[in-house]
Amino acid sequence: MNLLEVKNLNAWYGVTQALFNVSFDLKQGGITTILGANGAGKTTTLRSMCQSVKTSGDVVFLGKQINGLATDKIVRMGMAHVPDGRGTFTGLTVEENLRLGAYTRKDKDAVGQDMEKIFERFPRLKERFYQQAGTLSGGEQQMLAISRALMLRPKLLLLDEPSFGLAPLIVQEIFEIMRNINKTDGVSMLLVEQNASLALNLADHAYLLETGHVVLSGPAEDIRSDESVRRTYLGY
Amino acid sequence: MDGFLLQIFSGLANGSIYAAVGLALVMIYQSTHHINFAQGEMATFATFIAWSLIDNGMSYWLAFFLTVGIAFVGGLVVQRVFIRPVERAPVLNNVIVFVGLLVIFNAMSGWIFDHTVKAFESPFPTVSAVFPTYISGHQLGSLGVTLAVLVVVYLFFRYTPIGLAMRAAAQNPESASLVGIRVSWMLALGWGLASAIGSVAGMMMAPVMFLDPNLMAGILLYGFAAALLGGIDNPWGAVIGGFIVGVLENILGAYVIGSDLKLTVALVLIVGTLTLKPNGLFGRRVVTRV
Repeated sequence: MNLLEVKNLNAWYGVTQALFNVSFDLKQGGITTILGANGAGKTTTLRSMCQSVKTSGDVVFLGKQINGLATDKIVRMGMAHVPDGRGTFTGLTVEENLRLGAYTRKDKDAVGQDMEKIFERFPRLKERFYQQAGTLSGGEQQMLAISRALMLRPKLLLLDEPSFGLAPLIVQEIFEIMRNINKTDGVSMLLVEQNASLALNLADHAYLLETGHVVLSGPAEDIRSDESVRRTYLGY
Repeated sequence: MDGFLLQIFSGLANGSIYAAVGLALVMIYQSTHHINFAQGEMATFATFIAWSLIDNGMSYWLAFFLTVGIAFVGGLVVQRVFIRPVERAPVLNNVIVFVGLLVIFNAMSGWIFDHTVKAFESPFPTVSAVFPTYISGHQLGSLGVTLAVLVVVYLFFRYTPIGLAMRAAAQNPESASLVGIRVSWMLALGWGLASAIGSVAGMMMAPVMFLDPNLMAGILLYGFAAALLGGIDNPWGAVIGGFIVGVLENILGAYVIGSDLKLTVALVLIVGTLTLKPNGLFGRRVVTRV
């Protein structure tokens, strides 16, 4: 069964339509990436998943139509979002950011254990536990954003350009951790990236967006190895 | 010297009330970036409710807590009914709604409870247990009550999950909704809390000033001055600002400008802060990338 199925999704900002009949799906336990240039509609696609923009069409998550649901209900179903620009609560401490990630959870004991697990993955966050999130470095903030999302124990993790503004070494580290999260915890991911080669290495499926339309889709392997596609659309 | 200390203590007592009003204003400002001009009139109306409960034979403290509860629910309802529809509207629409609420609450106070000046009893003994020469029983009591409120508010925001969620929603509404917080309800809760804090300020002020529909009109100005002086986006700045305004007003009133011109102190502080240090003493400077 597919964890997420999107059919004929349209999205608008005011009167401007940003997505046109976008369809894609995501296997349970898989990583799907959405690629494209600036303004292609990648971020909008992610924002449509949790109803942060005006949309029409079908978004089926865990077999349930979620288009039209309130954002907090969708979050409660297990969809975590690491938004564009990380969305960290900069004025709050690292601890408070992580606690907010688990805001909708009722099992308070397990929340403590999950926090320990996160510190195993990101030891640096433990050192910064009582520090204001705004004082963290860019890489640490991205780690915090991912950790906050994981605190929900999500079934699906939406990631909006986790590589943005980070040094290549840090990006490598973060992508390695994401792969590990997917393998060991079985968290499915929908990844939006400008860095196509990175994303195609991590993902199993890829969709290519151009001005709000899906122009190409297939297994990540095929897209990576197709030279003409790579040259035309991905530019590397 | 005795006279000077007397002025300081009575300034601190008044200042605690300004601090509470300032805190209420800041709480709403932080989450919506609007100043609730009706804060004072809402507090006056709540104080009238307390007066009428006590007048009908209820014991003071029961009436006190009941009023705080009513003010909380009232604030929540006002946000849901009047403020929510203009949440995304331009500033001016909000200002008009606030002014409308101010007029409505003022008129309701007069209409329901009439305009005659009423005595509002103080629950505290007339003579203070400590420093009886410098501070009256009510002043000490109201100082204690408002400080207790400030401590409770601090603990609530610092240590409870709802308090944390409210801070998150005020700071970054979009991210807050992405972790599952119902942002709009957090705003309503903020209104309820602000209204409850205001009602305490009203009930502590009424025994000093006597109760009439314009009880809090002047106090709101002091509350503005407190909030601006401390930094409009910093709740604890507003509290410290409240005490500074209270003491300053009393000292200047007693030794420099006379008690008739006391309210001018608030206005001078407002204008002075806005021209010389717009972020206030403890406010954060907001830098926007253009």
